[in-house]
Amino acid sequence: MSDKPNGEIVRDGLWTNNQALVALLGLCPLLAVSSTVINGLGLGIATTVTLVLTNLIVAALRPWLRKEVRIPVFVLIIASVVTVVDLLMHAHLDGLHRVLGIFVPLIVTNCAVIGRAEAFASRNGMAPAALDGLSMGLGFTAALVVLGALRELIGFGTLLRQVELMFGEGSRFLTLTVFPEYQGFLLAILPPGAFMGLALLIALKNRIDHQQRARSLQLVSDEAVGDPAKA
Amino acid sequence: MSDAKPVRFMSGGSAGGTSPALPSAPTVTRVMATVVLALVPGIGVYAWLFGWGVLVSLGITVAAAYAFEAAMLRIRGRPVWPFLKDLSVLVTALLLGLALPPLAPWWIPVLGAFFAVVVAKHLYGGLGQNSFNPAMAGYAVVLVSFPLHLSRWPAPVTLLDAPLGLLETLRLTFLGQLPGGMALDAITSATVLDRLRTEGLAGDAGAALSALPFLEAFAGHGVEWVNLAFLLGGLWLLYRRIISWHIPVALLGGLALMAGAFHLADTGQYAPPLTHLFGGAAILAAFFIATDPVTAAATPRGKLIYGAAIGALIYGIRVFGGYPDGVAFAVLLVGLTVPLLDQYTRPRTFGTGGRLR
Repeated sequence: MSDKPNGEIVRDGLWTNNQALVALLGLCPLLAVSSTVINGLGLGIATTVTLVLTNLIVAALRPWLRKEVRIPVFVLIIASVVTVVDLLMHAHLDGLHRVLGIFVPLIVTNCAVIGRAEAFASRNGMAPAALDGLSMGLGFTAALVVLGALRELIGFGTLLRQVELMFGEGSRFLTLTVFPEYQGFLLAILPPGAFMGLALLIALKNRIDHQQRARSLQLVSDEAVGDPAKA
Repeated sequence: MSDAKPVRFMSGGSAGGTSPALPSAPTVTRVMATVVLALVPGIGVYAWLFGWGVLVSLGITVAAAYAFEAAMLRIRGRPVWPFLKDLSVLVTALLLGLALPPLAPWWIPVLGAFFAVVVAKHLYGGLGQNSFNPAMAGYAVVLVSFPLHLSRWPAPVTLLDAPLGLLETLRLTFLGQLPGGMALDAITSATVLDRLRTEGLAGDAGAALSALPFLEAFAGHGVEWVNLAFLLGGLWLLYRRIISWHIPVALLGGLALMAGAFHLADTGQYAPPLTHLFGGAAILAAFFIATDPVTAAATPRGKLIYGAAIGALIYGIRVFGGYPDGVAFAVLLVGLTVPLLDQYTRPRTFGTGGRLR
């Protein structure tokens, strides 16, 4: 029904309607597993695959979907897809699967997934639905990775630790020790660090948006930007 | 907007400035200066008993807090000098500094001050807008992040063969160097509450207490004199009507009641109430920390509930929780309930609705 241009779908997913930073959906896994880059990346990819597949299936089943039972049908579709993703990860990325633990099966309850099925896939064709799932998933992944990097850097003083969980033993050299002999800052790894990190990311995004808006409105930039009360 | 709340400082006896006959409400600066003065005897006794580390650590905390405050005021485009002058930063810094172990490396007070001033105070909107007690928030952050450094408390200087001088303390704090041949264990010791935790849980708190070197004093270890001095300062604050009696009485009452009940139930397992009142930070919390005019409950009934809840929670954390003392977590947790407390304990305006009795 709505035929958004593809560029807008992508921009929506990655930035304007970023599921983590704007819609604030799927916060439970986002906050719980974003303690390192690799954890974030792993969960992000799993969520992205789920989003693409569920959007695709929902859009494909659109002619037979009845309005009255659409939510149970979405849940069934999502649960099946997540089960597949979970089993695949268990088979091929066992280490990472163990680290992420319950949060892979819990993608079922990620509101972003059912949100996109309801808000987009059930009203659009298969191609735009898949594109929407992909960009929403990548936007979510980006937020997870950036938050994971922030927390890992402050908490452990490293980047990409435990990279071998995802890319195999040969990739160990990718782990960057940014601060050697760092004592560690537990708070960043603990739940409060996740909340503070997410708050800072949202603030940063709002500030960037604010600056862009100010520029596009051709306002005197230092008046609009320099006022923290509006941010 | 930050100085729009002087009425809340008047929560003492007199009603907040309605009658023209009342003296003008005290300014933030006057209140804060009185609080700082009331802290002086406690700080003095603390430094006298536990050495230079106390003053060094307080000095670092205060300097760092002022630097962060000035930086944040500049960034937020507020006038720097009037806010620096109002002394509220000094009170926050002193309370944070007193909560931290005096011999901690320099970056611990600096980090604590950063979280207290930048995150807990200014990111929430500055003085009067912060929903959490800044000093306790800063302390909680370093406490959960660096448990090792935060559990090294100095032994009283009277028990040491060679207490550290000022220079040696500075070297330890900034460079981590101790005079030759000395181990850090030689100048630190477990606090009363540490002993209660480790040995009391193992079975016999009575034996753990009598093993302490200072038992002739009533709570043990020298802290009771520090706490007596803080009590003196607190009573003076009460006398000057800077704080009302509700929170201190309810807090200490709640703590004593819990400790007394458990002690009576099993004398061997649970320490007596006096140990709990004078063995940790309860006195400081009752008069100086929990009475923070911004984050404490404002109504009289609310203050009673607020204080009693903190006291009970302090006991719960000390005896059943994961930390030897629980003041910071108790104050922060109960602080969360303050808006609700204030909402439901709001005194009924005379002549308006409400229940008929």
